[in-house]
Amino acid sequence: MASNEETVNQEPLDEAALNEEASRELAAMVAEAEQTSGATEAEGDDDAPLSAPQSGAERAAVIEALIFVSDEPLSVKTIADVLKEDKQVIGEAVAALAQEFNARRGGLQLREVAGGWQFATWPEYHEHVRAFLKTRPSAKLTIASLETLAVIAYRQPVTVPEILEIRGVQSPSSIKTLLDKKLIVAKGRKETVGRPMMYGTSKEFLMQFGLKDLSELPSVEDFHDLSGGS
Amino acid sequence: MTDDITPEIAVETTQERAPLNVAGAMPHIVSDDTTDDLKILLGEFEGPLDLLLHLIRQEHVSIYDIPVARITDEYLRYLRVMQEMDIAVAGDFLVMAATLIELKTKMLLPRDPTAPPEEEEDPRAELVNQLLEYQKYKAAAQMLWSRATVEQAVFKRAEIETDKNNPEVAVGLFDLLKVFQDILARHKEEKLLEIEREEISMAEMLERLRNMVMSSGELNLRVFFERARSRRELVLAFLSVLELVRTTEVKLFQRETFGDIIARSA
Repeated sequence: MASNEETVNQEPLDEAALNEEASRELAAMVAEAEQTSGATEAEGDDDAPLSAPQSGAERAAVIEALIFVSDEPLSVKTIADVLKEDKQVIGEAVAALAQEFNARRGGLQLREVAGGWQFATWPEYHEHVRAFLKTRPSAKLTIASLETLAVIAYRQPVTVPEILEIRGVQSPSSIKTLLDKKLIVAKGRKETVGRPMMYGTSKEFLMQFGLKDLSELPSVEDFHDLSGGS
Repeated sequence: MTDDITPEIAVETTQERAPLNVAGAMPHIVSDDTTDDLKILLGEFEGPLDLLLHLIRQEHVSIYDIPVARITDEYLRYLRVMQEMDIAVAGDFLVMAATLIELKTKMLLPRDPTAPPEEEEDPRAELVNQLLEYQKYKAAAQMLWSRATVEQAVFKRAEIETDKNNPEVAVGLFDLLKVFQDILARHKEEKLLEIEREEISMAEMLERLRNMVMSSGELNLRVFFERARSRRELVLAFLSVLELVRTTEVKLFQRETFGDIIARSA
């Protein structure tokens, strides 16, 4: 009998006893699970205030961590809300952090894009990164779509007839492509004959073209000379 | 005056207006030597203004002082070549052709000698402004293109998996245990007569689970566990779920908190 008890772990002899044991174990695990989850819930409910960063260095470190985990460019306002600190303080801290980080000239840059901050690789290393990721540059926009996008970016909010006037050609498929790629968004209707839809660029546009905001676009008047007409 | 020239192109207005690119699909076509003494290279033009700019550059003339007659002839020649090659000419190109012809005739008309010279406006002014404006955006498009190219060489961190963006990890081991516990408790209440029957093996149980998941794509684990006729079968059923999750043949997820656990073939 004693030997039977010892070998019970190796081979299932008594089905009833085994089932009973499994059941007991499971019950204990469930009880434990409930306890732990209950405990975490209670903790969450308390919403214990996070202690504010003690020093400037700690603040910078926390900011760095937050920007790293954020999927989208992280705005100064969001960081300030999380840390419950003044927006201006955070703004200065991020700028200082970026300067310090980028001075290292490592593989990563901390940059401002689409109204937020983001870690990204330096373009210099794209060949190695692409080789590792096994990716190629994705399909670019056609010239027609790029022209349409340029008109929208500089003239927004702008209607389809206004785009036609500048490009001298209809561009419905370009508009559709740009909408599909979420590079442009409808900005309401113009209160004029036919109430045409007005379009403007999106946040995605800023991200895909690596722009902080629209003011970073070079002035369209500057292109006058570059294009060298005659 | 324009009437005797327009019919030449008016024939083509019946052609479809839809296509945007004249030579979009075929960037460089060299016309047949036998039908045309001149080899004409057709580029990809984004519209009539684009073609016009190309011609102005090709003819080495000033955009501010376009020789309308010459450029118009060139422009119409291009359109004709496009038509000969069966490239659908978009309506916008024909509109420009009409504009050019109108301009050409205006330039030929003698100026009104009685009109004060300062009131005289160059009939080409509007077209020149249009070309200059278009040229700016064409350059802006090039700028955007190079920005996008650089930006494509910049890589961002991949998305971090969280409960929010991946419901499949939202089911914990304990959620699974809970379901099993429920079933077990219900089974306890059912006092069944033990009948000798064929024992189901682990392999058979795995096969059963696989089949059930495969046949419907999705399987509510409650249904699966309830099919078990004994405690032993239940344990096997439970183990087979764990096994298939381990080998990533199935994925578990919940539609809502405390909801039924669904197995889906991975």
